[in-house]
Amino acid sequence: MLCLTSPVETSAHRWRPGIKFALLCAATFVLLAIDSLVFQVAAFLGCLLLFALPGRTFFLAGMRALKPLWPFVVILIVWHGITQDMADGLAIVLRLMTAVGLATLVTMTTRLSDMMDFVRWALQPLARFGLQTRLVELGIALVIRFTPALAAQGRQLAQSWRARAHQKPRWQLILPLTVAAIDDAEQVAQALRARGGLMPHNSGVPTPARID
Amino acid sequence: MTAQTLGVMLCGTVLGAKRGTLAVLLFLVLVAIGLPFLAGGRGGLGVFAGPTVGFLVGWPVAAFVTGLIVERWRGANLAVVATVASIIGGIIVLYAFGIVGMSVILERTLLEAAGLVTAFIPGDIIKAVLAGLLTAALFKARPASVLSRASSDG
Repeated sequence: MLCLTSPVETSAHRWRPGIKFALLCAATFVLLAIDSLVFQVAAFLGCLLLFALPGRTFFLAGMRALKPLWPFVVILIVWHGITQDMADGLAIVLRLMTAVGLATLVTMTTRLSDMMDFVRWALQPLARFGLQTRLVELGIALVIRFTPALAAQGRQLAQSWRARAHQKPRWQLILPLTVAAIDDAEQVAQALRARGGLMPHNSGVPTPARID
Repeated sequence: MTAQTLGVMLCGTVLGAKRGTLAVLLFLVLVAIGLPFLAGGRGGLGVFAGPTVGFLVGWPVAAFVTGLIVERWRGANLAVVATVASIIGGIIVLYAFGIVGMSVILERTLLEAAGLVTAFIPGDIIKAVLAGLLTAALFKARPASVLSRASSDG
């Protein structure tokens, strides 16, 4: 699946995304406002508990999301070890991991369709300033549709490279892949235009194609 | 940061300031709603709470500056222009954002945060040169698609 939502169903999957976002904002704000190490330890343990409740698979997936933080954790611990204010360092490390962890929880428990509904809602105020929210939604849908197609094209290019050379291809595939992506985009743009285009004033009703 | 920076640079050099910025913004929305499009299959809201958030915030601005330079600076070799534009937009501007973000999240001074990221600058200079060469090559293969250099804008 092309999405980071956890397949392990939790009760939070059924919450409205707006509520989860509001809770996340509030929690992050509190995390930033309170410096006490005891509080940060408690918050981190609470966050770990939330990851552990839905079971092992969910917990391990969540920990994978925290893994990229380890270089920063090491740097901060060593740094504060040298400056001998380890309590401060630990508080910063724990706050960082809790904040990233809580945000990851929202991502893991919110389906893509719910996220899209939320994006639609969040973009509404911008529509007043002339933003075509329909275009944004179509853009999102097109990227999601094209990602596997482009990945397949990349694999194909890599395969034909390997058939001709000994080494694995690295940067050599970027140009052909970019050209392929641009050609695909041109074709889709042409097809959309032939179906009436995306310009304003056509709310779903197809209009005759514009002739360029 | 990995090939992602190259993507941001190319957005600017190929698509131009406006479309490049919009493309990067769309990409960020997709990352935020939980698609694993960042290096190593990362994505979701967590990356916006991490120490590299400044770089993510800086991406659209980096693409804009890069694109603007390529659009405005005509008359010179496109590979050179796109490389210089990528260095200014994709490194100088981007690192300014990245360093501020890192100093806030990790509670370092700006100078300390800058020290933490300087190791990545040589790699990014290589990416900027690559972006320049790719843009020039793309201009040869599909001249009409390099929107930053399209004869009539829009």
